[in-house]
Formats: sequence, C-alpha cells, structure tokens
Amino acid sequence: MEFPSEYKYTKDHEWVRVEGDVAVVGITEFAQSELGDLVFVDLPQVGKSVATHQTLCVVESTKAASDVYSPLAGTVAERNDALADDPGLINRTPYTEGWIVKLSGVSHAEIAGLMSAEEYKNLVSK
Amino acid sequence: MKKTPLYDEHLRLNGKIVEFAGWQMPVQYSGVVAEHVAVRERVGLFDVSHMGEIWVTGPNAEKALEYMTCNKVSSLYDGKAHYSAILNERGGVVDDIIVYRCSQERFLICVNASNADKDFEWLTKHNPTDATIVNASAEYGQIAVQGPKAIEVVTPLVTGADLSTLKYFHFVECEILNSPVIVARTGYTGEDGVEIFVKAEKTVEVWRLLLDHGAVQGVLPCGLGARDSLRLEAALPLHGHELAEDITALESGLGWIVKFDKGDFIGKEALLKQREAGLAKKLVGFYLDEAGIARQGDTVATPDGTHVGVVASGTKTPTVNKALGMAFVETPHTALDTKLTFIVRGRAIAGHVVPLPFYKRSK
Repeated sequence: MEFPSEYKYTKDHEWVRVEGDVAVVGITEFAQSELGDLVFVDLPQVGKSVATHQTLCVVESTKAASDVYSPLAGTVAERNDALADDPGLINRTPYTEGWIVKLSGVSHAEIAGLMSAEEYKNLVSK
Repeated sequence: MKKTPLYDEHLRLNGKIVEFAGWQMPVQYSGVVAEHVAVRERVGLFDVSHMGEIWVTGPNAEKALEYMTCNKVSSLYDGKAHYSAILNERGGVVDDIIVYRCSQERFLICVNASNADKDFEWLTKHNPTDATIVNASAEYGQIAVQGPKAIEVVTPLVTGADLSTLKYFHFVECEILNSPVIVARTGYTGEDGVEIFVKAEKTVEVWRLLLDHGAVQGVLPCGLGARDSLRLEAALPLHGHELAEDITALESGLGWIVKFDKGDFIGKEALLKQREAGLAKKLVGFYLDEAGIARQGDTVATPDGTHVGVVASGTKTPTVNKALGMAFVETPHTALDTKLTFIVRGRAIAGHVVPLPFYKRSK
C-alpha cells in the first residue's frame, strides 16, 4: 500500500497535496480499498465553503454511501468532474487522477498540523 | 459470530469479511464489479452456507407444508422445487423459501440465514400435523455456482446425474467427490446455474474442486456485494428489503406464488380480503433520471412533494449501469413511466417507474 511522502493525511483517510495556493484533496488507497468499487461520487458545488471535518462529498459503492470529510477549512475552487463518468478513478489512482476537489483559502498552518505519511502509515497498519 | 465451513477459504482468497445476519461472510474478494461481471459473462462461486436447511418429513409432510407455505405443494413432484413463502396471519412474509420435494414424505426447505432459527420455531409451532421438522442447517454447506458457464463447470464433477438436462427449478440427489450432494438448478443472480447442498465437512473440498475446474472458464469467487447487485438487477426480492412481516405478500409482488385455489393456509384469509379491497401500495421498479443513488429508507414523493412511498433497495449496478431500485409506492402512483422524486440526503432526485426486472438474460 502506498503513502506518498509529500502528501499530508487525516485520521479519516483523506489526503492533501499542496499545489501553489490550493490544496488538492482526495481519499487514501487504504480508504478506497475499504470502500470497494465506487459507483457514484456526489461532488460539492464549486464555490462552496467548508469547515474542517464538515462533509465535503459523498462517495458511494454498490453497498453503501460514505461521507468524505474536509481535511481543511476552505472554499471549493475546482472539482474533479471526471469522477462523474468514472468514479473508479478513485479506486485505481487514488493519489493522482482520483483527486476529488481543490480547496482555496486554506491555512498553511492547518496543513502543517495534518499527519505525515509516516504517522498515517502507522495509523492504518495497526 | 458464526462462521461457515468456508471461512478459512475466504481468508485464503483475500475475502473482505463483514458481519451479515450473525455470520462472518465475505462481502467481496477481487471487487464487487469484477465479481458481478464474472457472473453475467462467465461464472462465479458463492458461499451460501449461511442459508438454513430445514427438513419436513413423514406421511403428513405435504399437508403440513400446504398449510404453512403459500405456494401449492401438491403440484410438486420428486425432483421438483418451487419458490414459496411462510406467511403470518396478516399475509406478511415471515420468510421467502425454496421447497424441494425429494419424495412424497421428504421435503427440504431452504431459508434465509437471518430467519433460520425464527422459521424453524415458527414451523414447529404452527405445524398442524405430526410431520417431523428438523433444523439441519449446521449439517450443510451450500455453494452457488452462477453464470452462463456454470453448468459447463459443474457437470463433469458430478456422478449419478446429467446436469446438462436438468431443468430450471429441478434438482437431483447425486455425488461429488464420492459424497452425497443435492444439486438444484436455481439461483439468486438472474443467470443460469446451480446451488449445491453439500455435507458441512465436505464443503471445503467441493469449493476447491469447483475453483480449480472453473479456472478454465474464468471462475471468480464472489461475495455478498455482487450477490446483492446481481439479485437487484434481476429484481429478486430480499427479506428485510422487499419482504417483511408487516408487508403482505401481495404488496411485495409475490402474488404469483400465493395459490388461493388450494386449501386453507396461514395468511389466506387476510390476503383474500386485501385482494378484494385492492392494494394501497405496491412494489415498483424505478430508474433515477438525475445523478445520485436512492437507497433503502429514502422517501419517495410526487414531483410536487407529496410523500407517496419508500425505497426498499437501490444502488447503481454494474451491468445495467444506472441508478435503480425497487420501492413501495401508493398504488395511484405506480403506473409505468410515472414521474417520482427520491429524497436523498435532503435533495430531490428525479426518477420514474419502470418495468421489472432490470436485467433479463438472453436464453
């Protein structure tokens, strides 16, 4: 299982990658393997403001709907519309093509407080 | 938590184990979509050992079952099975079952895992005769082999019967690996295939044999996830979703197995009255026309917002590749193509009534 070292993580199994002024958000390889094949992603509207831990979107397998929580406070600047046609991108490439949203207006202090790859790896290896 | 005889096999095959009806069962191995597709296009193997097996035997076995189940037991003959249900006095569904007639005095009933103990108690309590009723669930493992290649996989492994000529809802008592089995041409996927009742202690060997011999045909072990999406596409009801004790067999669309032209049976009077009065609600199929998935418990409304029903099962399934489901809806809103809205997490999603099933295999 992969844990890209340049990413930050949450205990709820989201990842964050800083890209200039925005934070790219997705769910981890561990999370997608727990959820199973995804068949639908209920994406948020661009422009929506989210608080930390607030529901960012809902990912659905054939069996169940699961909330994805926002790892940071911010505003949805962009969303991955490719997931509408192919939610399996999250299963196949959770850290790259399977990204979910880009958040703007995020706090770099808050990002710094997220888990490192090492810490997250320890969490899911338990 | 109970384990089937195949529990260690599931771990060996990297099955993801979940709790289901008090059992530790694999929800998936390689992935729900791959497993679902394997069954539609090739063949899949399911551990259904958690299902219950109850024997009803003796000179009055038929009479007992005629009274305690709604389908017409007297129309069965040796080697013939039928889909049926145990009803309560209100016509509600205690469980849906398959009844197998092995001989005039020996009937096997296959029941849902979650209801096995309840069914056994119910049958024992309501038995109007001296027929012997035995819960043999622990003695059997059960393996479902489903898909267009299923018969090709199983036929060479069986001695004492030719499965290629076995008709739908017929079964044979024969042998696999020199051990007695019952092979029935039944299933819960909408595909051709068989369900094999095997002695608990032989289940692992038979499972491995099927996996090995099915490799050529591309067999995949399949979990509860694929089982659910497959049965939903085929519009096969699931107890706890489309069937329940407080929903009548007629409301659930089981009218075709309720035989009013036989003698008295539990639930008959209530269902006769309901048939005469007309149904207030019915089970219908639906597609969603906008993005989203409606699931069990979601509210069904008219486009102007009046609540008229509730979703029984719903998901987006791999073969049909649409968000679909079944819902109980007030009868005036059940005509085909009727526009409905589905309230999912507070948001209204447009959909419409469609005919069932969603998927039918080409013969």
